[in-house]
Amino acid sequence: MAFVDFDKVWLAYNDELLAQGQFAVEDISLKVNEGEFIAIVGPSGCGKSTFMKLATGLRRPSKGTVVIDGKEVTGPLKITGMAFQAPSLLPWRTTVQNVMLPLEIVEPYRSQYKAKKKEFEAKARALLQSVGLAGYEDKFPWQLSGGMQQRASICRALVHEPKMLLLDEPFGALDAFTREELWCALRDLHAAQKFNVILVTHDLRESVFLADTVYCMSKSPGRFVVKREIDLPRPRDLEVTYTPKFTDIVHELRGHIGAMRKTGVVVPQ
Amino acid sequence: MVVSKNVERWSPLIVLAATLLLWQAIVAGFGIPDFIFPSPWQIGEQFIEFKGPLLEAAWKTFWVTMLGFALSIVVGVLLGFLIGSSRLAYTALYPLMVAFNAVPKAAVVPILVVWFGIGLGPGILTAFLISFFPITVNIATGLATLEPELEDVLRVLGAKRWDVLIKVGLPRSMPYFYGSLKIAITLAFVGTVLAEMTAGDSGIGYLMQSAGSQQRMPLAFAGLVTIGAMAMAMYELFSWIEKRTTGWAHRGSQNH
Repeated sequence: MAFVDFDKVWLAYNDELLAQGQFAVEDISLKVNEGEFIAIVGPSGCGKSTFMKLATGLRRPSKGTVVIDGKEVTGPLKITGMAFQAPSLLPWRTTVQNVMLPLEIVEPYRSQYKAKKKEFEAKARALLQSVGLAGYEDKFPWQLSGGMQQRASICRALVHEPKMLLLDEPFGALDAFTREELWCALRDLHAAQKFNVILVTHDLRESVFLADTVYCMSKSPGRFVVKREIDLPRPRDLEVTYTPKFTDIVHELRGHIGAMRKTGVVVPQ
Repeated sequence: MVVSKNVERWSPLIVLAATLLLWQAIVAGFGIPDFIFPSPWQIGEQFIEFKGPLLEAAWKTFWVTMLGFALSIVVGVLLGFLIGSSRLAYTALYPLMVAFNAVPKAAVVPILVVWFGIGLGPGILTAFLISFFPITVNIATGLATLEPELEDVLRVLGAKRWDVLIKVGLPRSMPYFYGSLKIAITLAFVGTVLAEMTAGDSGIGYLMQSAGSQQRMPLAFAGLVTIGAMAMAMYELFSWIEKRTTGWAHRGSQNH
């Protein structure tokens, strides 16, 4: 059985829009297996972030059902961790304290927090070290570079061992080299911990390098138009991004996006 | 650049000394009589001559101000918390608060006198009324400008509104809070002195009022200087606390 199962999901943001038939996403169906890494690509404003809200239970669909881990999603889903383009770390907390924030909130960690604080802190530190932030645990976020902050932000999303990691353009604000470094950090985390990842991005190379399956989304209405399995063998090295096969896949996906753009303009509502 | 650092450190005192010298020179040079505009020297003489009554009045004004200020912190923070965390409360209360804040406090003092009589009541309440608004607005701003992404991150973990407020909202609004305290404390002094001048029977405001009506300008100026010094001292105190507790918000200036 699929771990994530979207069945003909439609979402309008409020009743007014629903009455007018204006949906942010339309007729979305997808099945994701346990441990699978999927990427959703598409032009800006195509409903990628809306998809995230549906997958975390922050929004409930207007039509259709979202089933995750065998249960229909009816409210915020604690087995997920989220990270966004902005690291949004709290400047008054050190890096390790920032990473520990979810443990102060989510159960069962919350009720054990006082008793097991030492243990939790060790865990947060180990996680930070695994993404190359050893030595920066007790620094404040504003003493870290943008790439380091984003690493810490991803650690914060993972510290409570979620089954699913949701990333909304997490590397969008970083320079190209830092971005590639973080691709590898994420690849290694995923390989080690086998959580599900839903990565929303508009970087095609990023999606092909990291994901098992790439979905292309069209703009208004937000729909999935293409599903592409990425059959590059794992573990993938950065070198793979320079192979003809990789480039072909990226090129192919780019073709779909381009086609959507054109029809998006012509097709009347 | 050791020299420029020293200059920067001493610059407030240098400016103060220069101002006093210039002031003294103008008054002496043009032979301005002390009942029009006293010189710093004459004001200093008054300080020594009347140090007993001045200190007593200053002490009175100080703690009346502190009582009003404490009241405005409590009410200001609670109100700010309310309107910053609830959109309904914000919409409902804000217009009324703005209208209330726009009322000249000098016009309110006589009413307070009718209600509470001559004495401490009007002073404390005027100090409170004039100074709680900036605190409320700043706390509310700090709470209302949370990043939506961060709220999502926490809400998905099952955080209640209260969790978000305590873990993120409150610490986040602390720099705003201290900023507002620095404004509010100076306003609170204004409020107390205003009440003392209009309807007081003691304190610096009353002393200045009496001195003024007796044409004793140097003494009235001595009162002014006392108020200024107290407000400045309290301002510095809050700046110091602010730097100590919310240094993370002033990281830009740490390198200097």
